[in-house]
Amino acid sequence: MSFKDCVPQWLNSIKETNNLYVEKIRQKGRSNLNLLDHPNTKNENWRLSNIKRLENFINLPFPDQAKFDYQNKYPIFKNIPKNILQIKIDSLDNPLESLVLPEGVRALNNEEIECYLGHTIDRCNSNNLWPVAINEASTNQVIGLEVKGNNLPTIELVLAANANTFHSTRVLIKVREKTTLNLNEVIIGSSKSSQSNLMEIIVGEEANVHHGIIALGGGNAHLLTNLAVEQKEQSNYSLIALQKGWLFSRFEPHIIQLRGNAKTNLKGLQISTGDDELSTHSYVRFDGPNGELDQLNKAAANDNSHSIFNGAIQVPKVAQKTQAAQLSRNLILSKRAKIDTKPELEIIADDVRCTHGATISQLQEEELFYLRSRGINSKQAYSLLLEGYYKEIISMLPLYSERWSFLNNLL
Amino acid sequence: MLSQDSNLMLEINDLHASIEDKEILTGVNLEVRSGEIHAVMGRNGSGKSTLSKVIAGHPAYVVTSGTVKFNGENLLEMEPEERARIGIFLGFQYPVEIPGVSNLEFLRVATNSRRKELGKEELDTFEFEELVKERLSVVQMNPAFLDRSVNEGFSGGEKKRNEILQMALLEPSISILDETDSGLDIDALRIVASGVNQLSTRTTATILITHYQRLLNEITPDFVHVMAEGAIVKTGGQELAIELENRGYEWIEENIKKINL
Repeated sequence: MSFKDCVPQWLNSIKETNNLYVEKIRQKGRSNLNLLDHPNTKNENWRLSNIKRLENFINLPFPDQAKFDYQNKYPIFKNIPKNILQIKIDSLDNPLESLVLPEGVRALNNEEIECYLGHTIDRCNSNNLWPVAINEASTNQVIGLEVKGNNLPTIELVLAANANTFHSTRVLIKVREKTTLNLNEVIIGSSKSSQSNLMEIIVGEEANVHHGIIALGGGNAHLLTNLAVEQKEQSNYSLIALQKGWLFSRFEPHIIQLRGNAKTNLKGLQISTGDDELSTHSYVRFDGPNGELDQLNKAAANDNSHSIFNGAIQVPKVAQKTQAAQLSRNLILSKRAKIDTKPELEIIADDVRCTHGATISQLQEEELFYLRSRGINSKQAYSLLLEGYYKEIISMLPLYSERWSFLNNLL
Repeated sequence: MLSQDSNLMLEINDLHASIEDKEILTGVNLEVRSGEIHAVMGRNGSGKSTLSKVIAGHPAYVVTSGTVKFNGENLLEMEPEERARIGIFLGFQYPVEIPGVSNLEFLRVATNSRRKELGKEELDTFEFEELVKERLSVVQMNPAFLDRSVNEGFSGGEKKRNEILQMALLEPSISILDETDSGLDIDALRIVASGVNQLSTRTTATILITHYQRLLNEITPDFVHVMAEGAIVKTGGQELAIELENRGYEWIEENIKKINL
């Protein structure tokens, strides 16, 4: 069924809400869906995507209850160390109502959410994105948090989907000035699930945010993840994102340095196997001078899979003295795998230092030979090199050695 | 280190090898016995590095004729990892950087594959750390380099020390050191050379590939070979290296021309 037919049906299947601000968000989403073209391959933003799979995305019912037993699949989630505040987010219940939040972490009330919500999306030019409209049209609740201070626990958001259902989650995090936050967002798909996640983060002046996204699919899972981040002056925002195991995954991080004078560090890793289609469409804009960006997006494509990277960077005239580096490094591991990469720099300012580049290669013969010349067999050498390739990114996840080193074996 | 009971370890006979259909080795003959140190000298492009890579089994090179035997076994039928496990070590001229692969873990996996071949017990992480700390002293290497990725961001000297550290851990029977002296200052050269000397025994052999006499002041070779146009064209003792230093390679090449006439 085409979008033209299935979107109205899907909108009708969304249960009514008596929450006024949620209804406002939905109305905005619905009207945007009416205004925007549905994804199609004639549209540059969707040209490389498998639209058929995306149509399947919304052909799933909403869940009645959250029942996916992801803790058995990933036992690490049963064990929550003291330095982690774990928040399980589904599209039904508000987890903050049953949690005792530690000092420095506060749930935003409805008025505050109404006040802040959508602000960052506007700033980040994310309003005209179809996945954002889908998320807004299906919003059930908004998880809003304000964090403050330098002794905060690592916040671990777990977004897990039931099999054969559609999940929509929305999160807003306001990071106050001079705050240091470690945030891990764990997205777990299950058989034939669809997830639409939308997160806004406001990074206050002189704040440091270290944000990890670990998106693990499996069993024909679909994922649309949108992230909008606005950075105030002297802030540091660092994003480490992993995508693996999705039949269809589209990750769209949009980051704005509101007045420049901030640092942004983006690291991405897409590991595709089987028939997976994984993509990252990033957008970074500097609305002031002296901004810095260091971006590295890696992909490893195996079997019949397809990996896509589009990286747009805008440096307008106000953004003098910007320093931006973007690199897309890709490994193609089978003859049938496909990689598309498009780094895109738009520079209007004249006094900047910006570089970008892309490489697509196989595992280096010299590296393999070096390992083999030390007695390591070719299979083991191949694994070690891949592990190294992945580890360069995942080792930067918040709490990597304490919590995420198991990914080395999983990948 | 020469002794009467030396065994023939490496036997290369009329070796021809090519890369991308271009013949580089045009008939190399060489015998190396246990306890011996051989130096192979020659101009850039004479085939020295190719010889070392062919012995170690680099897949880019095709052996078109000739034989290479190690302790009587046909080396050319073995994969590079098998050659390493039975005791052949190649010290790289340009050690490869491998981002993301921990140097310590790499060294442990490599050491265990050699230990398995030697019938020794494999070492777990803790046991290996003890061993590697002890061997670090051979090359006076900073333990901080163990926690980094293999050769990543190492200076030229640190990379070469890391090569000799691998040699110390793998305890090879024969080590082929390809321009281990290149890019080293005098102090680093002495440290690396001292490491090689400490590791040379009556039961091991070493082939040093070098351009310069200065390494041979630190490690005394039993034989010096000169390569030109893909073959060993002259063999002598250390005096040959000194003569080369004084007279250059042209002198050898003119001699070859005269013989060929």
